[in-house]
Amino acid sequence: MILLSPLGALGRATLQTLAAIGRVALFAFQAIGHMVRPPFYGREFALALLNIGWLSLPVVGLTAIFTGGALALQIYAGGARFNAEAVVPQIVAIGMVRELGPVLVGLMIAARVTSSIAAEIATMKVTEQIDALVTLSTNPMKYLVAPRVLAGLIVVPLLVAVGDVIGIFGGWVVATGSLGFNPATYLKNTVDFLELLDIVSSLTKGCIFGGIAALMGCYFGMNSGRGAQGVGKATKGSVEAAAVLILAANFLLTGAFFSL
Amino acid sequence: MIELISVEKAFGDNHVLRGVNLSIPKGTSMVIIGGSGTGKSVLLKSVLGLVRPDAGVITLDGKDVTTGDRDAFLARFGMLFQGGALFDSLTVWQNVAFRLLRGSLKRPVAEAREIAIEKLRRVGLKPDVADRFPAELSGGMQKRVGLARAIAAEPEIIFFDEPTTGLDPIMAGVINELIREIVDEMGATAMTITHDMTSVRAIADHVAMLHDGVIQWTGPVRDLDQSGDPFVDQFISGRATGPIESVR
Repeated sequence: MILLSPLGALGRATLQTLAAIGRVALFAFQAIGHMVRPPFYGREFALALLNIGWLSLPVVGLTAIFTGGALALQIYAGGARFNAEAVVPQIVAIGMVRELGPVLVGLMIAARVTSSIAAEIATMKVTEQIDALVTLSTNPMKYLVAPRVLAGLIVVPLLVAVGDVIGIFGGWVVATGSLGFNPATYLKNTVDFLELLDIVSSLTKGCIFGGIAALMGCYFGMNSGRGAQGVGKATKGSVEAAAVLILAANFLLTGAFFSL
Repeated sequence: MIELISVEKAFGDNHVLRGVNLSIPKGTSMVIIGGSGTGKSVLLKSVLGLVRPDAGVITLDGKDVTTGDRDAFLARFGMLFQGGALFDSLTVWQNVAFRLLRGSLKRPVAEAREIAIEKLRRVGLKPDVADRFPAELSGGMQKRVGLARAIAAEPEIIFFDEPTTGLDPIMAGVINELIREIVDEMGATAMTITHDMTSVRAIADHVAMLHDGVIQWTGPVRDLDQSGDPFVDQFISGRATGPIESVR
């Protein structure tokens, strides 16, 4: 019996995980279903675009510019070990566009937007605002979830594109300012080296990560427990789940795009 | 007419409703009393479909509430929530006119705003409140806005969930009077849950006492003091000892 106890715990944990995956998948299908069926709530969608996209620009820009700059310094220092300092523009470009741009933007959105969506919806649930929506003949999945997830899918790829450009710019500033690179040559090398697939993968990742970030915020918010503790748990859980899922999805997408 | 037949609901091992039977005739005001945690809110939410009963049937005008067009069903209801449940991100008038700005009852924005201001005036609020946000209002004002939202689309049936909780006695009296007046002038069917006996006497035509998952007693409000039911007697007199204490 003592030996079976850990196995039982493992089995229960596995079943709970599978059940949670099933619930999230069902929630995602419902959200997608509501995105394509009227009525559509334009104001909610516009506000979600503003909150997820426009208002995230400062944090995305700052993250990208510092990361691009640090990347240039690291690649220059690492490249110097085998006389390959000249690859800074190419590696900064590929590093930012293929990986760091989408992942950092995804994680920043998870921190900033997922938490905010989860806390807002969880508070609405705790204060009976979700019940009030239902009594006012408004489906909360359609009014709260669908606009946010759709906005995440649309606007995060644009944020990733902005992050990629600012990250490359950060590398350019450091490389031309303190590492002795020629500004025009640096840009030419960057543009020449990047391929269409790099950009497509970057934007696709942004779309998937945006969807994950918004979906997790909505899922945990809608399934929040009672009181302040429930809101806190929902917020924490949403960010954890979004961050892990974004990193896992990044691994799978990188494999799908570049290991074929 | 709203009818509940043998309605049961459990949350895990906690059997909140154990077979509730209750009829609320059209155009009357039914107040359900009972201690905290006795399932009054669950009962009310079961009628609206916010909580799905485990067993039993709830009918509205003879039709099972779980069947038929849900939007059309909900369009007949208005509800005042305990904490107001106003939407923080919307202004007061947008809260009141929520139903009039979207869905089957949608109308032009200017008209919806005009109706919202009229309803605010009906509950004793001035038009300058319309453009403020709920967080800028006192508890009593939020309750009034919630009441205005509940009546904005002229519903046939209005539910009030603990309408006076958290209010001072004078404001509670004002809200009670407003509810009674509005229910009378609209000819609406009202279902209120409360443990405030002042509310009961001000609002009710009929009273039902929910205890231990069933309706212990129901009758006209005038019979409340002579109910002969020890649970009701203890509850309305607020005695700490009696049959209710033994199950606490």
